[in-house]
Amino acid sequence: MDAPTTVTVVINGREVHAEPGSMIIEAADAANIYIPRFCYHPKLSIAANCRMCLVEVEKAPKPLPACATPVADGMVVQTRSATAVEAQQGTMEFLLINHPLDCPVCDQGGECPLQDQAMGYGQDSSRYEEEKRAKPPLDLGPLVATAMTRCIHCTRCVRFGREIAGTMELGATGRGEDMTIETYLDGSVDSEVSGNIIDLCPVGALTSKPYRFSARPWELFSHEGISPHDSLGTNITLQTAHQSVKRVVPRNNEKINECWISDRDRFAYEGAECDDRLTQPMIRRKEGLVETSWEEALGETAAAMRQAAEQDSSKLAALIHPMSSMEESFLLQRVVRGLGSDQIDHRLLQQDFSDDAVAPVYPGLEAALSDVDSLKGILLIGCNPRKEAPLLALRIRKMVEQGGVAGLLGSYAPDLNFSLSAFHCVTPAELPGVLRGLVNNAEALDSAGESFESDALSGFLSEVGGNGMILLGQGALNHLHAGTIRTLAGRLAQQTGMKLGVLTPGNSAGAWWAGAVPHRIAQGMPAKTAGANASQIADLDVKTVLLYGVEPSIDHSDPIRLQGMLDRAKTVIAFGAFRSAVPDQADIVVPISPYTECSGSYLNCNGIVQVSSPALSPRGNSRPGWKVLRVLGNFLSLPDFDYDDVAQVATELGHPPEVLMQADKAQIPVSEDVDSASAHADGLFSLVAERSIYQADPIVRRSRALSLTHDGASEAFCRLHPEDLKAAGLAGVSRVLLAGEYHQATLEVAEDSGVVRGSVFVFSGSVATAGFGGDSTVRIRPVT
Amino acid sequence: MEQTGTILTEAIIQKIEAEAGKYPTRRAAVKSALRYAQAEFGWISEGVVKAVAEVLGLERIEVFEVATFYDMFYTRPVGKFPVRVCTNVSCLLRGADGIMEALCQRLGVEEGETTADGRFTVFAAECLGACGGAPMMAVGDDYHEDLKADELDNVLAGYQ
Amino acid sequence: MSSPSEIRVCLPPHDAVTPWTLAFYRERGGYDAWEKVLKNQTPREEIIETLKTSGLRGRGGAGFPTGLKLSFMPRDAQGQKYIVCNSDESEPGTFKDRDILRFNPHQVIEGMALAGYAIGATIGFNYIRGEYYEPWQRFEAALIEARQAGLLGENLMGSEIAFELHSQRGAGAYICGEETALLESLEGKKGQPRFKPPFPAQVGAFGKPTTINNTETLASIPPIIRNGAEWFSSIGVENSGGTKIYSVSGHVNRPGNYEVPMGMPFRDLLEMAGGVQDGRALKAVIPGGSSVPVVPADAIMECTMDYDGLSQVGSALGAGSVIVMDETTCMVEVLERISYFYFAESCGQCTPCREGTGWLYRMIRRIRNGEGTHADLDRLKSVADRIEGRTICALGDAAAWPVQSFLKHFRHEFEAMIPREEAA
Repeated sequence: MDAPTTVTVVINGREVHAEPGSMIIEAADAANIYIPRFCYHPKLSIAANCRMCLVEVEKAPKPLPACATPVADGMVVQTRSATAVEAQQGTMEFLLINHPLDCPVCDQGGECPLQDQAMGYGQDSSRYEEEKRAKPPLDLGPLVATAMTRCIHCTRCVRFGREIAGTMELGATGRGEDMTIETYLDGSVDSEVSGNIIDLCPVGALTSKPYRFSARPWELFSHEGISPHDSLGTNITLQTAHQSVKRVVPRNNEKINECWISDRDRFAYEGAECDDRLTQPMIRRKEGLVETSWEEALGETAAAMRQAAEQDSSKLAALIHPMSSMEESFLLQRVVRGLGSDQIDHRLLQQDFSDDAVAPVYPGLEAALSDVDSLKGILLIGCNPRKEAPLLALRIRKMVEQGGVAGLLGSYAPDLNFSLSAFHCVTPAELPGVLRGLVNNAEALDSAGESFESDALSGFLSEVGGNGMILLGQGALNHLHAGTIRTLAGRLAQQTGMKLGVLTPGNSAGAWWAGAVPHRIAQGMPAKTAGANASQIADLDVKTVLLYGVEPSIDHSDPIRLQGMLDRAKTVIAFGAFRSAVPDQADIVVPISPYTECSGSYLNCNGIVQVSSPALSPRGNSRPGWKVLRVLGNFLSLPDFDYDDVAQVATELGHPPEVLMQADKAQIPVSEDVDSASAHADGLFSLVAERSIYQADPIVRRSRALSLTHDGASEAFCRLHPEDLKAAGLAGVSRVLLAGEYHQATLEVAEDSGVVRGSVFVFSGSVATAGFGGDSTVRIRPVT
Repeated sequence: MEQTGTILTEAIIQKIEAEAGKYPTRRAAVKSALRYAQAEFGWISEGVVKAVAEVLGLERIEVFEVATFYDMFYTRPVGKFPVRVCTNVSCLLRGADGIMEALCQRLGVEEGETTADGRFTVFAAECLGACGGAPMMAVGDDYHEDLKADELDNVLAGYQ
Repeated sequence: MSSPSEIRVCLPPHDAVTPWTLAFYRERGGYDAWEKVLKNQTPREEIIETLKTSGLRGRGGAGFPTGLKLSFMPRDAQGQKYIVCNSDESEPGTFKDRDILRFNPHQVIEGMALAGYAIGATIGFNYIRGEYYEPWQRFEAALIEARQAGLLGENLMGSEIAFELHSQRGAGAYICGEETALLESLEGKKGQPRFKPPFPAQVGAFGKPTTINNTETLASIPPIIRNGAEWFSSIGVENSGGTKIYSVSGHVNRPGNYEVPMGMPFRDLLEMAGGVQDGRALKAVIPGGSSVPVVPADAIMECTMDYDGLSQVGSALGAGSVIVMDETTCMVEVLERISYFYFAESCGQCTPCREGTGWLYRMIRRIRNGEGTHADLDRLKSVADRIEGRTICALGDAAAWPVQSFLKHFRHEFEAMIPREEAA
């Protein structure tokens, strides 16, 4: 006999249908019958410890917790009967006896479940006459403020760390009344999703440190936004008061971010709110950059662009940051192409573009984010999802928890929050060769029809079978032979039946679809000519160059070459939000507003277009980029540039097709010389570089809170294998000079056995380290 | 930089491994591991937490949670012989107060304190399950029952 | 009237010198039942039926019928199952399992083997409270003897039946006597009780179906299998089969463990323990360990020591831990100490217990210090009522019952400690 698909329970006299095995609280929530609760959270394991959700169940001798009592057919539940209410009031009294009466100075006040439920279930005065408990505050780092006396021990934060984030930083130590939520030895909470514990905490024990004491919830206005810092399209709510963003909180979207956001999504607004903002157009005069009018700034911009294009359309080029909205990308490529130039690109960190001709319409993940949890396996190639797209890492973790497997082919061992069942660590130079070996093995498997397990990763692939995904990250996409890697990964996906995904930065997918690539105009249509790509642009002798949201000393695969190009250019026009991001060579500075002050749409890695609305009006005399570009189009007298609002631009862009990464790629020839990994000459180390999480774009880079985190401070370090340190006579040395052919930098050195022998790992998000873009090897010397 | 390497001796690690082998999860050996380490070092120091976490593949906070939950683990230094005087109801009815008072007087300490020579730390204990021999106390692993205040010296003399 | 005497089933005879040895145990028929089962491959159902008929009920405190409990295990389910012995004896006033482990460890081993066989568990764990060092040593020594004698291990007596048994020591936490807290602790976690359902028979130790029984319960099994269900049930009274070890402590002349038939009048048990100390009058008795309601002298003197008898006087048999208090006892002091115990031992998980046990204790302490008010007495009762039945495990109830019963029977002693101006 089949199990029934629903059961019927009666809650407060109402018949409610529920799934067998679900809990009373879920059935009640679905029927909009409110049951008070603190420890229960639909995304966390059931703890049943707060005892606030006690309800009366017919035939049960005592009140039962609605969060942990499964429904049964015919069950009769009362949530507001005298018995239930007495139980709920009893719990409320216990929760309040040791809770401080500091609501007036508590940031949670006004949005506090304890405060709200105390109104419904508490008494107006306390019967508790004994001494109240007090706990010292915890220092959890720059993001989360604590007031542990307020803690009601629901353990949501502890469960989040263990179950969702996979980082066991918080624990509940001691027992009974001494039970304390804390980190071991007062360590900070360093996970890249730590801010979620602020939302989870039902009292004011854990609150946002940057937001602290800056506003009251009832003063805040909410605006629906999309986080532009990675390609997931995380749904956020920006909350403002007194003309500034006070904080960012998650907006539920089960298909994308569920109820979580990363710390980058949450605290990047501090960058947009910083004092470094450009608020007035500027133009270069004898005395330097001086403020000017919009009219003059755009007039001069148009003139410089036209002059360049009139001489030769290749004398005009533009680089745009991938975090820009689709409308910005679209309109920028329209003005550049309107003057006959196809030299526009957003792929600032990419070095190899050899497969451009066969690239998909836009990059993304063939598996839906919400399906990642249920995949059988994921092979990561040069990818650290935890730092590139933190919420995707949570999905992969869930997959692993549910029995899926993860493998990694990369150039160092990242500290992941899920376990790897296969890991192959090679230098960047060796990576394409190893990948080719996997493809060959898979081919052999195909023809022989039997298991071919010559190495761990091949074994891993045959274990996963078809129901998996190959995921390329920045280590693959920014590789010197990225085209080869993409092609081989595509072949591997075809042979194994796995899905393919690439994890591109920011709104790169949107930029592709909008035509911010040299070889394609919007909607994936071929461009008239294939212009220079982001790397080639740095070698051009252009007359006029537009930098859109780009901080040229960092936001390029080779900032040194790019600087040379800017030096050679006659007119450099910098569109941006930050004063300190403007290069010395800038002749015209165009102040555009960050995403917090703009409307814009974003195309995520699953092909979903989402619109972010402005939370604030533009600061000073800055303007949303799409408006600026629209007016620039008018200055250039380009046809069809009469958009009245941003939605018209989006409509013109149309709806992109589903993500399809695997089209035709098997036919691309792969150059054969890439898998001969030459041994380095003595004393040379391969550089393994990763763009660190809080250096992804000019906005994140300027978030004070994020810069104070462990990840934010990572730029100052390079990492070497302990054996290499010893062999190079560097054991015990704290600072080293890394010297390449084009660039050198002094960095602190840390030993890390996860770094492959013969290589040195650096984060490449600072001026000091980004300069190594032209170097693939360095020498290392101690600094005293 | 953090100190690397374990403070556990090879003999302790072998004992932990033997214990871990009894269970389907290594974690199940955590109380035994802490006990062995405490027997060696006298208390559960940071080094012990780190070493036990490493040998069993746990996070330190998980080990610390366990160490702070159970009474028999000391997360601060204690005397060579912890003296736990049962003060619960059956012993109370048979004069545990007097035993505690006499003991503290003889050792010159208050409850919770360690003697100057580092030999004893006196604790008031919850029921130790020897109510038939009340009043009683445990010195280290040994139970001493049917105590009389004037016989405490004899008992303590056995612990040097 | 003949003077009452013990019938020792779980405890060895008084005169034995080294009763914990395998040789001694075997001489008295020990392991006969296990060997017979191994030889005959006795159907598992038969063992469970025998236990059901015997009337054996759990000796740990809840008194659940043992045969029925074993029958809850999904016997046909594939995969590992476990039998777990709860030797985390920690309820104040209870010290019987200590003596069973010290003096008769093989009977626990045989009982676990038989129960494990009956439920299809090939592995057992005996969780012994951390403070019981000597009992643990005796049990470990017995395990070695049993393994060497081929009574534990693989392919026992060529039967293809396997049973392996390990002990694990606790580390000092009363709550681990609660069966699901014990399982958590066994798995190397904090001993915080699990919410039920799921019950251990579905999801127990290490996520596998598990039955957990008290030491005395398991030690009762071999003689039942050896001598038959009727033999056992005929010893006790209706609804309470067999013998029971009463741990008698407090104001008696001869405190100790007394193993007697279920249903013995309290009066006889008191006499067996030498009567009230120094010839004083009896004031009250806590008959089942510190958590069960206190019973005043008049009522307990007319009571029989079994599940029903004690239930009739508003209390419970619990673990058979009889705490005797004479006329000199200050009931406020005793309740203060008991309340402190539950406050100190609360695991901290559930709000009512974490917050409420400390509140109860502090109020009683204040009353005892002469700083109480009459309002405190009502508040004590009301706080206890708000803890009872509101927590994951029974520790909340255990903290509430003494407060409720002490106030019910001895309110006048509490009132007497309230300052006069307040009383006026």
